[in-house]
Amino acid sequence: MLKIDQVTKQYSNHLAVDRVSFEMPTGSIMGLLGPNGAGKTTLIRMITTITMPDSGQIYFGGEPLSRKHISQTGYMPEERGLYKKMKVGHHLIYLAQLKGFSKRDAKKEIQKWMEKFDIMDWWDKKVQDLSKGMQQKIQFISTVVHRPKLLIFDEPFSGLDPINTNLIKDEISQLHKEGASIIFSTHRMEQVEEICEYVVLINQGKNILEGYVKDIKQGFKQNHFEMTYNGTMPNAGFSHLDIISHEQQRLVFHLPKGINSNQILQEFIQKGIDIQSFREILPTFNEIFINQVEQNTPAL
Amino acid sequence: MNVTNVKLILSREYFTRITSKSFIWGTILTPIGIGLLMFVSGWIMTQSNSQVLKIAVLDENHVLEHYLEDSKTFDFVFRDAPLDTLKEATKNEEYKGVLFVPKLDSIQESEINTLYFTDKQMGLETSESLKSRINQAFRKYKMKSFHVDQKTLELLKSNVSINPEPLDPNGKDRSSVTSIVSAAIGGLMGFIMYLVVFVYGMMMMRSVMEEKTNRIVEVIMSSVKPIELMIGKILGVGAVGLTQLAFWIIVIPIMLLVINFVAGTDLSMMQNPALSPEMLNHPEALTQAEKIGQITHEILSLNWGLILPLFVFYFLGGFFLYSSLFAAVGSAVGDDVGESQSLTLPIVLPVIIAMYIMMAALRDPNSTLVVWASMFPLFSPIVMPARLAYDPPMWQIGVSVVGLILGVWFFAWLSARIYRMGILLYGKKISYKELAKWMMKG
Repeated sequence: MLKIDQVTKQYSNHLAVDRVSFEMPTGSIMGLLGPNGAGKTTLIRMITTITMPDSGQIYFGGEPLSRKHISQTGYMPEERGLYKKMKVGHHLIYLAQLKGFSKRDAKKEIQKWMEKFDIMDWWDKKVQDLSKGMQQKIQFISTVVHRPKLLIFDEPFSGLDPINTNLIKDEISQLHKEGASIIFSTHRMEQVEEICEYVVLINQGKNILEGYVKDIKQGFKQNHFEMTYNGTMPNAGFSHLDIISHEQQRLVFHLPKGINSNQILQEFIQKGIDIQSFREILPTFNEIFINQVEQNTPAL
Repeated sequence: MNVTNVKLILSREYFTRITSKSFIWGTILTPIGIGLLMFVSGWIMTQSNSQVLKIAVLDENHVLEHYLEDSKTFDFVFRDAPLDTLKEATKNEEYKGVLFVPKLDSIQESEINTLYFTDKQMGLETSESLKSRINQAFRKYKMKSFHVDQKTLELLKSNVSINPEPLDPNGKDRSSVTSIVSAAIGGLMGFIMYLVVFVYGMMMMRSVMEEKTNRIVEVIMSSVKPIELMIGKILGVGAVGLTQLAFWIIVIPIMLLVINFVAGTDLSMMQNPALSPEMLNHPEALTQAEKIGQITHEILSLNWGLILPLFVFYFLGGFFLYSSLFAAVGSAVGDDVGESQSLTLPIVLPVIIAMYIMMAALRDPNSTLVVWASMFPLFSPIVMPARLAYDPPMWQIGVSVVGLILGVWFFAWLSARIYRMGILLYGKKISYKELAKWMMKG
């Protein structure tokens, strides 16, 4: 879908994006992660043709990216706003027209979305009379109404309550099912694990980690396991385990290489432990994120 | 550039402005405000002299009582009582003041120092009027004493006028009123241009700043190019300006006529029949009505077929040039209003300089400075309209027009370079150095 090839962007006094390359699988939901100031917004602005790379090339569906791809992209920036004095319906039609929709098609499509969200009665309201959460819904509609092939959401849930967050989340996954490729930029790591299949991690303008969420988590696992149990635990015979912690009927341990988890589980059963749960602890994305950023940031 | 996008942006800008309450009220209330101002100022004029001042006059020469006459403002009471008695009477509010005229040493004396005793100071106008009345009274007295009659005095006066005549006998003959009429019309046009540049330029800047602080701009930018947004906005605000101006051009004269009618001015004298050239050349011999007729005649005899299209041209040119500069500043400033003032200075300065040159043009429309300024694109939109009524040479108009077209193109290009960088930059103060870098590098 999208291929970034050695893209570099220099601003007057700093290198915002430094030879970044990655390829986004078609039809996937990709997380674009990175600390503040890492260069995410600059990268997104180049993908949306707002700015041009100094060097390198971006490919959209195999073709070099150009202005004609604008109508196939929907972008919801983090810093987003609407014309406060405009009426909701007119505003949405205007934005859709800028994406190349005819007025009639735009109106039809917008009505569909507004009915879906049950907000048809906002049509004649001025934007300034809507709450922030309501405005976010309008923003969302304006991003997706022209049925783009590539959707870019930058912190889409900021300012939304849990109910509306779920509503938008469901809509995003629905669009994904219908075949749209989605770039999702956020700091909220639990959302990355929940939503994204693929991630690219940017730090200080450089791409430091890239891959499928499942693979990355596997790659960073440290063979930690957790077992909880009822009753008491016989106090012998686990010398081959590195016990990390053991308190309140919860045992966390590191499994040395050469022993697999079934073997140790069998051992527990044989010793008559009343097992409540047994699971491998995979690193959270939060941990991977912090770990990777720290490793790749030169000490000041 | 995508023309469809520009049209969409233009019409959004135009219609949201035109339909906004503040615009509608501003457009309607401005002529009403002007009318009200004229009405009120006229009313104040008629009100100011309504009070009659009763003044006790103590003239030791016993001359003034024969020559000093009462008027609407003054009621003179000649008394032969001691000064202190009259002062006492004034204190008791019998008089507003006491005018004391001391004994003159001889009739030839020209310095006459009178004293006026009062608690309530006279206004400047009243005191000047009183002075001139006393002057006239002494003048009549002296004329009589020297045996000079009014007729002899009139004979001493001459009335010199300078009549411009063309060298070429077939050239356009002008009356001495022409230059006054030209100055009035030129000044009015120059001043309108000055207002246009400021009012609509500022409107443009605010609109750009609003988009930036609203954060709508990044959404728009993902659909259109910065240059499309900028041009669309400039055209939109320009169309708003033209609409407003057209409304006022139609409504204000109608309103003035209505006010004249209500105030009872006789309009028939405006429609004076054709005046003979003889009369045109001797304005001093004309009656008031004929003078007004002559001014109307002069206004109508100007080359409006050339002036009006040129005025519209300078309106558009000046507007496009300055509003693109204001747009660039608006994009570079963002949310900080205080900052905008320091960045607007380089734009405001040429406008103000142009205004001063324009005033100089009214005094001398053909001075070197004025001629050059009227061909320099940053000044020409304000200076040239002021010269148009003076019939400037065609080659100067030509150079000025071409220069302005090139100027608009150049400054729009320059502004676009600043605009596309500034509009996406947040939370950073922008220095002149950086602006210069954007212009150079783009």
